[in-house]
Amino acid sequence: MSTTVSDTHSAHDAHDDHHDHKPTGIKRWLFTTNHKDIGTMYLWFSFLMFLVGGSMALMIRAELFQPGMQIIDPHFFNQMTTMHGVIMVFGAVMPAFVGLANWMIPMMIGAPDMALPRMNNWSFWILPFAFLIMLSSFFMPGGAPAFGWTFYAPLSTTYSTDSTALFVFSMHIMGMSSIMGAINVIVTIMNMRAPGMNYMKMPLFVWTWFITAFLLIAVMPVLAGVVTMVLTDKYFGTSFFDAAGGGDPVLFQHLFWFFGHPEVYIMILPSFGIVSAIIPAFARKPLFGYASMVYATASIAGLSFLVWAHHMFTTGMPTFASLFFMYMTMLIAVPTGVKVFNWVSTMWRGAMTFETPMLFSLAFVILFTIGGFSGIMLAITPVDYQYHDTYFVVAHFHYVLVTGAVFSIMAAAYYWLPKWSGVMYDDFLSKLHFWCSLISVNILFFPMHFVGLAGMPRRIPDYAIQFADINQIVSIGGFLFGFSQLIFLAVALKCAFKKGKPAPAKPWEGAEGLEWTVPSPAPYHTFDVPPKV
Amino acid sequence: MSEHESNEQKHERGNSRVITRLLASVMLMFAFGFALVPLYEKFCEITGFNGRTTNTAAQSNEGMNVDQSRVVTVEFHTRVSRGIPWEFHPEVRSIRVHPGEVKTVNFIIENRTDKAVIAQALPSVSPGEASLYLNKTECFCFEQQPLAAGERAVMPMQFYLDPDLPDRIHRFTLSYMMYDLTEQVQVTANLAE
Repeated sequence: MSTTVSDTHSAHDAHDDHHDHKPTGIKRWLFTTNHKDIGTMYLWFSFLMFLVGGSMALMIRAELFQPGMQIIDPHFFNQMTTMHGVIMVFGAVMPAFVGLANWMIPMMIGAPDMALPRMNNWSFWILPFAFLIMLSSFFMPGGAPAFGWTFYAPLSTTYSTDSTALFVFSMHIMGMSSIMGAINVIVTIMNMRAPGMNYMKMPLFVWTWFITAFLLIAVMPVLAGVVTMVLTDKYFGTSFFDAAGGGDPVLFQHLFWFFGHPEVYIMILPSFGIVSAIIPAFARKPLFGYASMVYATASIAGLSFLVWAHHMFTTGMPTFASLFFMYMTMLIAVPTGVKVFNWVSTMWRGAMTFETPMLFSLAFVILFTIGGFSGIMLAITPVDYQYHDTYFVVAHFHYVLVTGAVFSIMAAAYYWLPKWSGVMYDDFLSKLHFWCSLISVNILFFPMHFVGLAGMPRRIPDYAIQFADINQIVSIGGFLFGFSQLIFLAVALKCAFKKGKPAPAKPWEGAEGLEWTVPSPAPYHTFDVPPKV
Repeated sequence: MSEHESNEQKHERGNSRVITRLLASVMLMFAFGFALVPLYEKFCEITGFNGRTTNTAAQSNEGMNVDQSRVVTVEFHTRVSRGIPWEFHPEVRSIRVHPGEVKTVNFIIENRTDKAVIAQALPSVSPGEASLYLNKTECFCFEQQPLAAGERAVMPMQFYLDPDLPDRIHRFTLSYMMYDLTEQVQVTANLAE
């Protein structure tokens, strides 16, 4: 098999040298329909947003360094928590995954490009405008949205400023971008697989993205509906969420979390795919339980539609409903446990080495599992009354999103950077980045569990004096983690400017998959002739 | 070459079929989001999920047996929407009733502003299940209440409990939130013009 593939390739690279007419300068990036260019833009955009959202988190941590009000006023603090959440969810994590999908899915299934390249260009280029609109709301009277990324009514309707209109419009654009991206992924995977690449031979990253794309199609339109209802409630006299007009504010929470819970799986399923690619490569063993991984991913996606109200236990649901959502939530631990078990089994008696992608993946498995455990604690209805809206929740979702989703994105970046750039990343800097991130992220988020259990509410700019010490530790961890990411920026820039050892086509001894059969850096056009699988 | 082209065409057709279906799903889910609003209302009405009682008068309890063996405490709770200087309270904070027995409770509202307003009360019952057995034959909450500047009004509410009320419910709260609808009524009137 390998000979056939490399033969086709050498023929086809020569072909590339002749016909590789791409526009230069800004036009290349504006008008590109190439999945690699678009993937690169998505990844840089998400990294930029990661730094912007991170700076907002640092403002929050600076204010919380000491009790009392020091640096920013409470209203601006609320704008910071809101925009930090919105930017990290919709600007950093989701576009990073779409970027990875753009780069890797065609190369993993042996397709020459995404199925709908021009729509691909659009789905990226509307995104910077969405975030320009969102960020420009800082300059409005009353500032940016301050109602939390969950924009609960009536905070976002009765008590919000006019920045809500920008928020809603920007969310619509982001939603359109995500939906277009999802359609593209599904069509590509269904119709562009190389001959012989049947569904159960697809790499798990492709599988997890395939399922994620269906989740996006199912819930992003609901989000679009909810923000529309907020808009009409605020400006056009409807009363979807206004009790005075016959609406119900709790309905907002049901609608939002009907979107919101699948959304959190949208942000973690591709991570599962990434880790399932990296661990076998550095354990030098095939992935344990491939089929069960696929089924587990599908079951998590299915269950994600039946658990939304576990975010709302304290709204006073009937006991039966509370129990239903509690048990459904706990049920999700089963397929998730299958995955963790499979990763550990893959490593069991493997010939493991600890290159940076593997380090991030190992950290992912352990720390994501911690986040999963605190999730099970939160799922228990009676104790949720204590944890609800405290820092315990903040600790939980940062473990699954930062040491989960973000760490997996870092792992993916290190794993595929040689393929993208053609040079090996700076090993010393990458290890430094890993260890700094690993230590600081735990200083940052682990103590939050304790202040949360002790009763410190989330989203407050000031707190009771007994939480001072832990908050100081957390803030120090926050600044360390934030600045550690600049090391990653340095590594990425060095690769972008080709400073480093040239990378071979397959820099990782145990790596599997079609992407390693093309040279590094991956030529502008790959698999014009489909490979034989 | 011709075979290649037909493959390409087949591909295009396959793509557009998938895209059409996916776009249809997107539209369907967008519509579903809005359909959830009436579905939720219906669901609450049937299950008492959000403790909302109906805003229409129940039939009188003629021919209904009064269950003398049981006593249920009904507590009244009143609130005025944030930032509105009205006074609104029940004459009694709680009463004890037998299921099936008709009782009347008066609520007093006073508009302490110098403007005429339109008020609307919205009921809510906790635990929500009890709302299914609370029958109001007469209530100020059924309609909007116009109040002149400084006006004080006594508003009656007549109700009985369905004797089918589950035995485990001995006590429940009926809460009224009073809203200022003056602006909304004007907006709707303007829109109608």
